[in-house]
Amino acid sequence: MNHLPEAWGRPRNDVYGTYDASYLQSSMPNQHTQSPIVTGTSVVALKFNGGVVIAADNLASYGSLARFTNVERLKQVGTHTVVGAGGDISDMQYLHEKLLDSLIIKEEYQNDGHHLRASHIYRYLSKVLYQRRCKFDPLWNTLLVAGWDDGKPFLASADLLGTTFSAPALATGFGAHLAVPLLRRVCPDEAAVENITREQAVDTIEECMKVLFYRDARSLSKYSLAIITGKDVEGAAECEAKNQSWKFAEGIRGYGTQVV
Amino acid sequence: MPSSVLQPLPLQESIHHFPVMTSIGTGYDLSNSVFSPDGRNFQVEYATKAVENGGTAIGIRCKDGVVLAVEKLIGSKLLVLGSNKRIASVDSHIGIACSGLIPDARHFTSRARSEASNWRKLYRSPIPISSMADAMGGYAQAYTLYSSVRPFGVTAIIGGMDEAGGPGLWMVEPSGVGWGYFGAATGRGRQAAKAELEKLPLPNITVEEAVRQAARIIYFAHDDNSKDKDFELEMTWVRLEKGSAEDAAVKGWGKHEEVPKELVAEAERLAKESMEGGGDEEMEE
Repeated sequence: MNHLPEAWGRPRNDVYGTYDASYLQSSMPNQHTQSPIVTGTSVVALKFNGGVVIAADNLASYGSLARFTNVERLKQVGTHTVVGAGGDISDMQYLHEKLLDSLIIKEEYQNDGHHLRASHIYRYLSKVLYQRRCKFDPLWNTLLVAGWDDGKPFLASADLLGTTFSAPALATGFGAHLAVPLLRRVCPDEAAVENITREQAVDTIEECMKVLFYRDARSLSKYSLAIITGKDVEGAAECEAKNQSWKFAEGIRGYGTQVV
Repeated sequence: MPSSVLQPLPLQESIHHFPVMTSIGTGYDLSNSVFSPDGRNFQVEYATKAVENGGTAIGIRCKDGVVLAVEKLIGSKLLVLGSNKRIASVDSHIGIACSGLIPDARHFTSRARSEASNWRKLYRSPIPISSMADAMGGYAQAYTLYSSVRPFGVTAIIGGMDEAGGPGLWMVEPSGVGWGYFGAATGRGRQAAKAELEKLPLPNITVEEAVRQAARIIYFAHDDNSKDKDFELEMTWVRLEKGSAEDAAVKGWGKHEEVPKELVAEAERLAKESMEGGGDEEMEE
């Protein structure tokens, strides 16, 4: 053993013979680990005293090309749950249109008056994501599951690694950097949820979507928003980032010395 | 070790090993998939006999949907009312009502569910009713082909709505034969039920009207065939323009669901009234 990293953890050649590295140079491409192709950007969500607001824009990018501008990334599942997905769109379609649809159909076969709640759907999705990453074949998504569950608002996140966590205000992708600070001003902790009204929550989410459109090059001003309450799920499909401020740009000249 | 075992029997003996057989009880009904000299499969016909002892099941095809109803015979007062459902959902737009051996019916619907799920995976849309009937007919028929299996002891009424064909109602029998119907009936009271179904102006009635008629027909068929037994009426429908919140998967289509309790109660009340009015020679207490 020596100080060179390539030798670390290798059996000594003089004791065990030369290491057979042939399997490392396969002539076949690796079939499992992929990279995302068509992608969706942030999903943002916030709890309030009576539900959850969740939003995601309608863009599916192909690299830096804004390829599809009318893609719905929020999916209602069952009666009181919305799943929002960022990341690879083909994997999102698999989750939304294959797994979740058949999950609901199978649940209804029992016909026992029980329906899947947000926490059940979240548990299922996080298990699927973790299982797939353990097969080195991840579903390249970050998901937010928002819903009304057992008399309380529910909001939690799961990603392609199977990492799960929950907070009263959550955002994925770029939103984790840009939207979460804004959301936490309104909702610093779980206790604050009680004081947030529905209007306040919607306003905050709208503000976040505007900031994300300002600063995220893979975002769109057109977005979908859903409000989940104890009663139902209200969707607003054709939202627009409003009240943008570009007036100041006229006053900016050059990069330092330029005055005209 | 007797070597004679390996020797062929004398020719004459082997020719007349079995007596000459023509019909029932003469050896052609002992194994599935055996043709009798007149070309029948007796085991399938015996399976049909098992169906004829089951509770009556009917299906009605309407202009705006399909109604399914079964007469669920209650063996004991210790059973919870409304339990042991006999009409199963397949995907979200199809209902299957079976008569005959209940475990066979469960297996049959379980197969129907995987057919529907596979269809969805492949074509990204709910399976059309005719395709479902076709698949299930094929499945039932496969159980008439081998002596190592027995035919299904069920006749299944498959009803639902699809985008291309609208309301669809099919009945698949143990032989695997399946036809589309305006109104279908099977089980013990099928004769009486069929006679009543033929009187209806099908398929031009609404599902609401069909619910009332279905209740009446089940009560009528019960009165005709198994009056001494207790029964429960189970009814489901698939109708257009009735999308509930759970119906996110197939928006704008019919969803197979139980007929609302109030409507069933109303239909049962009318059914009982018509029984009392029409059949006064067989008075009840």
